[in-house]
Amino acid sequence: MKDNDIKRLLYTHLLCIFSIILSVFIPSLFLENFSILETHLTWLCICSGFVTAVNLVLYLVVKPNTSSKRSSLSHKVTRFLKCCIYFLMSCFSFHVIFVLYGAPLIELALETFLFAVILSTFTTVPCLCLLGPNLKAWLRVFSRNGVTSIWENSLQITTISSFVGAWLGALPIPLDWERPWQVWPISCTLGATFGYVAGLVISPLWIYWNRKQLTYKNN
Amino acid sequence: MPYTTYLVEKGASHSFVAEAKPPTVTMPRIKALMTGSLPGFVDVIRNLNSPALLEDSVIRQAKAAGKRIVFYGDETWVKLFPKHFVEYDGTTSFFVSDYTEVDNNVTRHLDKVLKRGDWDILILHYLGLDHIGHISGPNSPLIGQKLSEMDSVLMKIHTSLQSKERETPLPNLLVLCGDHGMSETGSHGASSTEEVNTPLILISSAFERKPGDIRHPKHVQQTDVAATLAIALGLPIPKDSVGSLLFPVVEGRPMREQLRFLHLNTVQLSKLLQENVPSYEKDPGFEQFKMSERLHGNWIRLYLEEKHSEVLFNLGSKVLRQYLDALKTLSLSLSAQVAQYDIYSMMVGTVVVLEVLTLLLLSVPQALRRKAELEVPLSSPGFSLLFYLVILVLSAVHVIVCTSAESSCYFCGLSWLAAGGVMVLASALLCVTVSVLTNVLVGGNTPRKNPVHPSSRWSELDLLILLGTAGHVLSLGASSFVEEEHQTWYFLVNTLCLALSQETYRNYFLGDDGEPPCGLCVEQGHDGATAAWQDGPGCDVLERDKGHGSPSTSEVLRGREKWMVLASPWLILACCRLLRSLNQTGVQWAHRPDLGHWLTSSDHKAELSVLAALSLLIVFVLVQRGCSPVSKAALALGLLGVYCYRAAIGSVRFPWRPDSKDISKGIIEARFVYVFVLGILFTGTKDLLKSQVIAADFKLKTVGLWEIYSGLVLLAALLFRPHNLPVLAFSLLIQTLMTKFIWKPLRHDAAEITVMHYWFGQAFFYFQGNSNNIATVDISAGFVGLDTYVEIPAVLLTAFGTYAGPVLWASHLVHFLSSETRSGSALSHACFCYALICSIPVSTYIVLVTSLRYHLFIWSVFSPKLLYEGMHLLITAAVCVFFTAMDQTRLTQS
Repeated sequence: MKDNDIKRLLYTHLLCIFSIILSVFIPSLFLENFSILETHLTWLCICSGFVTAVNLVLYLVVKPNTSSKRSSLSHKVTRFLKCCIYFLMSCFSFHVIFVLYGAPLIELALETFLFAVILSTFTTVPCLCLLGPNLKAWLRVFSRNGVTSIWENSLQITTISSFVGAWLGALPIPLDWERPWQVWPISCTLGATFGYVAGLVISPLWIYWNRKQLTYKNN
Repeated sequence: MPYTTYLVEKGASHSFVAEAKPPTVTMPRIKALMTGSLPGFVDVIRNLNSPALLEDSVIRQAKAAGKRIVFYGDETWVKLFPKHFVEYDGTTSFFVSDYTEVDNNVTRHLDKVLKRGDWDILILHYLGLDHIGHISGPNSPLIGQKLSEMDSVLMKIHTSLQSKERETPLPNLLVLCGDHGMSETGSHGASSTEEVNTPLILISSAFERKPGDIRHPKHVQQTDVAATLAIALGLPIPKDSVGSLLFPVVEGRPMREQLRFLHLNTVQLSKLLQENVPSYEKDPGFEQFKMSERLHGNWIRLYLEEKHSEVLFNLGSKVLRQYLDALKTLSLSLSAQVAQYDIYSMMVGTVVVLEVLTLLLLSVPQALRRKAELEVPLSSPGFSLLFYLVILVLSAVHVIVCTSAESSCYFCGLSWLAAGGVMVLASALLCVTVSVLTNVLVGGNTPRKNPVHPSSRWSELDLLILLGTAGHVLSLGASSFVEEEHQTWYFLVNTLCLALSQETYRNYFLGDDGEPPCGLCVEQGHDGATAAWQDGPGCDVLERDKGHGSPSTSEVLRGREKWMVLASPWLILACCRLLRSLNQTGVQWAHRPDLGHWLTSSDHKAELSVLAALSLLIVFVLVQRGCSPVSKAALALGLLGVYCYRAAIGSVRFPWRPDSKDISKGIIEARFVYVFVLGILFTGTKDLLKSQVIAADFKLKTVGLWEIYSGLVLLAALLFRPHNLPVLAFSLLIQTLMTKFIWKPLRHDAAEITVMHYWFGQAFFYFQGNSNNIATVDISAGFVGLDTYVEIPAVLLTAFGTYAGPVLWASHLVHFLSSETRSGSALSHACFCYALICSIPVSTYIVLVTSLRYHLFIWSVFSPKLLYEGMHLLITAAVCVFFTAMDQTRLTQS
């Protein structure tokens, strides 16, 4: 049962990584002069769209949370709208945090906001898919010893690793190498992406190695 | 370069390979070319205040001799020799990516100036080749184009000079040289062969055309150019020149003149030797010089008697050889004098510093235990033998090094008593370190009962503090991180605030099931990430440093206060963001518009006045709550005086006197404030002493400490420029917020609080507008209230004005810890941590700088930072003495 779950987790994660790789290569077939660094904003939008779509599809197909209560259509719609509002709010609060960290307030606002969008894509969207707009569940997952399944555990790991990646991505900005990727916010978005991918790779492995120690309340 | 090759092969020219000494950077190289001296580390520090070259140089001599000098090219020349050129056009060399404009800027003047001919010396410094090297390396296709462009420029100059020569009696001299070479990667600064070797071609119709082997030109020193130029122009050789005349240049002249030139050069060199070396008479070069002077005298006598020309010629060439030998030896011994780093002294200093650091690090577990006893085992008999042995070895090394070294060495120059003292200190430290180490290794397994499973005790905050310190220390190795160090601190402080806010959320929401606010989780997730770890123990934070459990904080605080606690990290973050846009410092983004410039421009005087008044008001409101009534009044009057002072010197204005024209130096107002500063400090000291002598109450001591703190705040308010007053206000605001809502409720331990104070202190150092560049020191602070320059007060005031941020935070730390004494040893813990956290970056930096001493930016970036670190270390030492004094009063009390 457990090994089976881990295998499913691994496959879904591989699909997510694959979607990111696709977002690098597919647009160059349709768009002229597409490259990650030069048309960075386009790539950000495409990548964020791809990852969101894959997450949604996976959520609908795999259905990791077993609480399959029958609910009415209106309930589903309000749930969906709530998710959208949460997503937007997370984007704005990330934007505020970036400005507090020293991002320019007025110029490059679009770039900063898209960085907030992609970071929300890597962190908030999986949370919304898995936990729904339920703040208590979020608090539980992100507190100590609060996870109840390997899905939540991997969610924790990927979220944290994307944050750490974005944080580390800010480090090379002051260096005087004058590389194109040192421009705000490219290094941070790339850092977040690498962090997310690393989290996707690491979390199944970590869960696999520690599968003896991990005991969840449910199983 | 066909034309140049033609000139070298066929024309009347001499070509050499001139060897440049590292660091191969433009500014020192220009100095070397023009003064003939070898600028060193200390030289730059000496000249920091005035970038203009004060030493004797060819340019200066030429100016004194009434020659008219025209210059086009790199701006560095204009900075080095201001007012020396009758006409100039400097090109800034900061935009490395441009390689056509910089050269066109020079060439466009060329036709005009060549036609005019109303100049004696024309200097052209082309930048394009260097820039191409920086952009795309030495194998770039651009290089060829650039070289042929330079060749055509050379041809233009040479043909025009030749055509002009028909009119004038004196021949022209065209010197083609490079300031430095280019490495394999296209940069320069280090000491590889490609960077050090530069071409040097002298072209003049006065030279004989002689076919020679041009494949292997002679290797000479770059410093020789100055002496040669001076002789060619008929000027005195620059005083500090260590170069020798390039003899082939004068070979065509009659024997008498040749000897005369050589004599001039050797006399100048031997004078320089006399100034720099105490035992110059024993120098082989000097002996040779004396010898050749005697022979020269003989030759002159023969020449005057007009003996047979054969004898004269033979003797003459002998004198010549003698002179050349003397020149070579003198030049060598002189350049060995000047160009060396004093490695031995540097090593001794580094060893002492590292020993102290090891000792501090080794005593960490001991010092941070409950009782904070830091016993330094000075008199353990087992190590006394080692102690004497080490002293013996060190003195032997000292004697050997000092007797064998050719160059002068600062440490060897010390008196024997001082050197012996240093050696005793070094060996004593070594023995103490060894004994502590053995104590730790031997006794390591016994006393470990109460303290700890280190891994389980560490919270995110501790991890962040460790990682942040390590990251900052590592970042000191990169020049850009040193230039932009403020970014490091802002980043760390922001992350610290986020980690703190995560901690507050966890404390308040995971305990009770109150309704969480919207958007909370997003932030919390982020905070968890910034702290890099999620499943740390939340409750241990509460119980840290407390043997007994404390009542859960969430029960004590309710309602408004709780919301303040939750909001305060965000308030602090917002304050930091505002302050950050007040002063843009560093290098890369220093040109960005900032609030400070906006405020100081004369159009916005009204806004500046309002802001300054408001900040002073905030300062008063925040500071007065801890003071006794007398000092409260003094503080109010003092702050009023600060505003009057600023109004008197014309940077702010009163509402009732909108345009006052009378601007004075504000001496009276400033002295008025000084009286109150001294008064408040005096009251504080009196209270402290009273609390110690009478041992009456603990409160008196707190009040005393707060008064000292407020005295310092008042002084800072006086010294800060008006647009920086918000920095002071925000600093006080943040301190209040942190004290009230974060440190008290969350009960951090003394070590964490100390590190946070240190980080904020560093961040405020940069918020004030400081950077690691000497140019940003606000020297005007040293002249507040002084009629003329008086050295000691000026230096003290400038130092305080510069380091006001760290000092204020440190004094706040003392007050906070002694007012909050939960565990008795908090102050000594804090003192130890403060010393440790300051000394780790400094000692690492010393080692780094020693190993990077041939780095490209060693003078422009690393050595100013070293000065700053040294000053910071002094101030830290003062702060630690203050800490210890406070701790002593506590001990005598109990």
